[in-house]
Amino acid sequence: MKDVRLLADPFNPGQLVGPFTNAHPGLGGVCTFVGEVRGDDGVEALELTHYEPLTLAGMDALADAALARFDLMGILIAHRVGEMRAGEPIVLVSAAARHRRSAIQAVDFAMDHLKSDAWFWKREKRGGQWHWIDPRPEDHADLARWTS
Amino acid sequence: MGVKLVFLGRLADLTGVAEREVSAPLDWSTLLDALQGELGGWLASDKVKLAVNGTLLADKMALQANDGDEVALLPPVSGG
Repeated sequence: MKDVRLLADPFNPGQLVGPFTNAHPGLGGVCTFVGEVRGDDGVEALELTHYEPLTLAGMDALADAALARFDLMGILIAHRVGEMRAGEPIVLVSAAARHRRSAIQAVDFAMDHLKSDAWFWKREKRGGQWHWIDPRPEDHADLARWTS
Repeated sequence: MGVKLVFLGRLADLTGVAEREVSAPLDWSTLLDALQGELGGWLASDKVKLAVNGTLLADKMALQANDGDEVALLPPVSGG
C-alpha cells in the first residue's frame, strides 16, 4: 500500500507505523525513520510552508518511485507543515518489505529526496525574528547517490 | 475574476502578501509589469520557477494564464 500525507498538526509516529505494519501481513521487515525538529541553539521555532498542488503530488510521485525501484510491500510518507518546536516529529518514512535491505534502502532514498527535492520552504525563528533557510550543498550530494 | 498569483517562501515576505489577484490574460511581460520590481532580482533569476494550476513551467517566459488560473511563484526549496 501507498500512504502519503501532509499533516498540519503534531503527530505520534507510532500511531501511523502500527496500522501501516498491520496492513502488510507476511512482511519480513519494516524500516522507519522519524525526523524531529533539532534543538539547535537559539532556535525558538521552525515553520514549513508548502504549496498543496505541487507538494503533495511530488510526495506521491516519490512514493511511486520508491515502490518501482525497491522490492517493497508498501511505503508510508508523512510530513508536517506549519509551525513546530524542537523535539516535535517533522517527517516519517516507513517501508515494509519481504527482506530488510529493500526496506532500509527505500527509506534512505525517500529521505534524501524529501530533504533536497521536495516542495517545502523552511524558516526558523531566532531572537524573535524569522530567517529563511537556504538549500545546503550536501543535500544535492545526497541526492546524487541515487542517480546512478 | 483575473489571475491569482501565489507567492511562496521568501517571495511572500517581499510582496507582503501570500496571494494577489491581477488582471487576465497574463504573460511573462505583463507579470513583470504587475510586480513592478517588488521581487527585486528574484523574478528574472533562474532560481525562481513558475507553476500554472499546479503544473511547473519548463520555460517561465512562455507563461500564458487566463481568467481563473492560479500562477505560483516558487523560490528555491529548503527541502523537508
